[in-house]
Amino acid sequence: MRYLPLTDADRKEILASLGMESVEELFSDIPPEVRNPALQIASLSEPELEKHIKELGEKNRDLAELQSFLGGGIYQHFIPHAVDHLSGRAEFYTAYTPYQAEVSQGTLQAIFEYQTMVSLLTGMEVANASMYDGASAVAEAALMAGSITGRKALAYSAALHPQYQRVLRTYTQHLGLDLVELPWTEKGQTDLDALPEKEFSALILQNPNYFGVLEPVAEASRVIHERGGLFIYSFSEAASLGLLPPPGSLGADIVAGEGQSLGIPPSFGGPGLGIFATREQFMRRMPGRIIGEAQDAEGKRAFVMVLQTREQHIRREKATSNICSNQALCALRALIYLSLMGERGFRAVAEQCYHKAHYLSQALEEIPGVKLRFRGEFFNEFVLTLPQEPEGLLNFLLKNSILGGIPLKKYYPSLKQEVLVTVTEVHPKEDLDKLVYLVKEWRGGLK
Amino acid sequence: MSVNPKELKYTREHEWALIEGNRAKVGITDFAQSHLGDIVYVDLPPLGKEIKKGETLLVVESVKTASDVYAPLSGKVIEINNALSKAPEKVNRDPYGEGWMVIMEIKDPKEAEELLSSEDYESYLSTIS
Amino acid sequence: MSELIFEKSKKGKTGFSLPELDVPQTLPPFEVRQEIGLPEVSEPEVVRHFTLLSQKNYSVDTGFYPLGSCTMKYNPKINEDLARMKEFALLHPEQPEGTLQGALELLYHLERYLAEITGMSRFTFQPAAGAHGELTGLLLIRAYMDERGEKRDIVLIPDSAHGTNPASAALTGCQVIEVKSDKRGGVSLEDLKSKLSPRVMALMLTNPNTLGLFDENILEVSRLVHEAGGLLYYDGANLNGICGYVRPGDTGFDVVHLNLHKTFSAPHGGGGPGAGPVGVKEALVPYLPVPTVERNPEGKFYLEWERPKSIGMVRSFLGNFLVALKAYAYILTMGGEGLKRMTEDAVLNANYLLHLLRGHYQLPYDRICKHEFVLSTSPLKEYNLKVTDVAKRLLDYGFHAPTIAFPLIVEGALMIEPTETENKETLEAFASALIQIEEEARTNPELLREAPHNTPVRRIDEVAANRNPTLRWKK
Repeated sequence: MRYLPLTDADRKEILASLGMESVEELFSDIPPEVRNPALQIASLSEPELEKHIKELGEKNRDLAELQSFLGGGIYQHFIPHAVDHLSGRAEFYTAYTPYQAEVSQGTLQAIFEYQTMVSLLTGMEVANASMYDGASAVAEAALMAGSITGRKALAYSAALHPQYQRVLRTYTQHLGLDLVELPWTEKGQTDLDALPEKEFSALILQNPNYFGVLEPVAEASRVIHERGGLFIYSFSEAASLGLLPPPGSLGADIVAGEGQSLGIPPSFGGPGLGIFATREQFMRRMPGRIIGEAQDAEGKRAFVMVLQTREQHIRREKATSNICSNQALCALRALIYLSLMGERGFRAVAEQCYHKAHYLSQALEEIPGVKLRFRGEFFNEFVLTLPQEPEGLLNFLLKNSILGGIPLKKYYPSLKQEVLVTVTEVHPKEDLDKLVYLVKEWRGGLK
Repeated sequence: MSVNPKELKYTREHEWALIEGNRAKVGITDFAQSHLGDIVYVDLPPLGKEIKKGETLLVVESVKTASDVYAPLSGKVIEINNALSKAPEKVNRDPYGEGWMVIMEIKDPKEAEELLSSEDYESYLSTIS
Repeated sequence: MSELIFEKSKKGKTGFSLPELDVPQTLPPFEVRQEIGLPEVSEPEVVRHFTLLSQKNYSVDTGFYPLGSCTMKYNPKINEDLARMKEFALLHPEQPEGTLQGALELLYHLERYLAEITGMSRFTFQPAAGAHGELTGLLLIRAYMDERGEKRDIVLIPDSAHGTNPASAALTGCQVIEVKSDKRGGVSLEDLKSKLSPRVMALMLTNPNTLGLFDENILEVSRLVHEAGGLLYYDGANLNGICGYVRPGDTGFDVVHLNLHKTFSAPHGGGGPGAGPVGVKEALVPYLPVPTVERNPEGKFYLEWERPKSIGMVRSFLGNFLVALKAYAYILTMGGEGLKRMTEDAVLNANYLLHLLRGHYQLPYDRICKHEFVLSTSPLKEYNLKVTDVAKRLLDYGFHAPTIAFPLIVEGALMIEPTETENKETLEAFASALIQIEEEARTNPELLREAPHNTPVRRIDEVAANRNPTLRWKK
């Protein structure tokens, strides 16, 4: 048993020092009727385990094998190799939460740098050390807005990622909140005119939204502020922050989104990176871990976990904001990714996503029967209406090793013939042209 | 200042009140501040907040804990010590003077009779220390 | 002086490489953002920066980490490689299920292994951490009660419990009431009886508890709670003390959460990502979050979204899949027998360490412990020393401190959990260091008060950092 350093001799010596004969004596306080269940799990040697996992892997078809135009909350971007190497250093990944700051300066400084990166990307004054994912970050933002304003009504867009909506409703289901869902317009944007006369704690918009459409962010911010509520800006494609105006410049009070695009592979959906930032005035209301700058006894710059009392507080009103830990290693990956990509690289990724997505959408729109569903501006995701429900096309594409898009009826039953298509910098022109060619071929085969 | 001033009234939750007519100045005692350790933040209530005796008036934070401070009397918050936002350490250094937290307009002066005198508070302290 | 990555930035440096844009440009009709302010650093500089940073960290791979209730055991390297395989890391959750059969099968089997280990019926992998699992578990119990028309709004927790419990309870519309521990460190049956009522929704327990003690009355506790109409919730943070020796489900727990980054060897990552899967008994299965992983009669795996009684979702998609993969690999490496051995060695090591330290500091509960035990540093009060001072001095000896100041029911607590992946010599060296520090407290308390001396930075002024928080670098 290669993970267990104790030898039989060691075990005997320890038992002897404890005045015991057998290890069973250490478990004598467990009622005999439930003791020793004999778990029915076989073990595998290292080579056998490797073989078994490989066999499981062979039953998957991954994005190295398939060309993917899937998005909808998880994105495929090129990850520089140094990200794996650096985040794979054991001093980072086998370290604990940095409670003993003096021996955790690596982790602490990294998170401080990450918090700075998030501030820069979002244009917000303060950020935390990360949350679990975009969905739970949005839910936490809603709780935070409720506790700041004391109001019970909360408005969110129907074009917010459907799973983020679901998580938001699950988190708040017992709090007596009045959740108001705003519909979308023909343009694919949130219908702000549909905001009823209520005292809202906040309005939640995702930008770009689930349909990929760019929302009227400045106007939304104005509208909710006039009502005395907070503006929560969410996103699921972090690459968009390389091109779109930062939410901090548009009046966002809280930013809660998904950072998986920043150096984290798709991972079958997890782990991810919940990005969370807010205004300095709300700093002490922000959930999650926060790292602050400090000095040590010799005046040297150092970093330490700060504002931890919110995590220990047992007051009901404040308690709603302290159930989170962070995703430190994912935040580290994002930090390394952004350090390598830098100002110009991150901008280049955003630009390529934008131009390639528009190139593809324009080419696809030329195919008879294939239309862009929403006229609104988009970043790198768009919704197509097909002549019939998407299964036929998607199966045909899969036979050609292409994942064509996400059928929207899964989340929006009224969008039966619609599919969400996503393009990133990983798609060379040939792949885009090949997709167009195949869709034409499939379309040609239809009556 | 480790002596509990005689002109103040006290609670068993370690708050003090300086009552003048229908106004009361409120803070925490020296015992409280020494047990909390270095105070890093005082979460003062909003002006105009109505509160009943015994309810949580505000929260005091040290590095590792946050403690509720309870209203010794019922009333309305009419003044808060804004100096504490830049210098929360005043609560540690001078809990009965510069470390005052709020001034309340009190509703029922009779409630003051339920508070402890400095002698009673000191006796109480000797039973729990 | 530690330089930040931003301080190494210089205009014109490049750390990235992308192919040229190969499609015509579309002019954005909106105003694109101007300067972001990200640094510009070359690849070698980035690599050196983070490599040097990593060397300022203490980690399991470099040293002993006796943090109570954290289970800082060895993180197997094969698991890291398996999780990096493109066949898993490059899977998109919205792919058609036919292309995901391997991943779904893995989760399906892992669910059954965890059910076997804990004596539960089914599991969800959506919760991303222990606290997240707690929230999920309480929501499940609340859903169960709601369907039966039971209006219950109180959650009982022991006075030795972890701080996240009240927060999770508040989100289910419940308030928290503490139950006292008895002299043996278990739940006081008398106090429990006085606090049980038709308003109690659940009792949340970890067993062994934060004192490392197995509650001998657990079957009675379970009976009492169920008789009062409540359910029993298991906080799995301490599973390493009993795994393979008893299953929480067999002792009456209805809901459990596990920490895959504790008992099941997934790395802590400096604070995540972890995974806190939640298991339930049959009666609570209908309320599990969506989607669940199922297998049809033809043997094909699929995701079930149509679950009308589900509490909803607590995280997007299926949870931290790559973390679950590591736990799966670990369970298969150990097998049932190995998991039992793991627990035995964890408990042997803890009791050995307790034995070595008996007579030093103060031992509030002198009982056979499980995988961890608690010492009190209150005797050092006479030298004006706090538990923090002992912890900081341990850093000078090359050891990470145990968990300090918790549980709250022990004054100046040191919660020590060695785990099974430490050898006897390390335990002896650690005990020796603690004993020497106790001596130093008597003869030279300044050494403790000014510790640490030998670490990358000296003791940090946390008070100043908290009074005027600076949370980011500015140019």
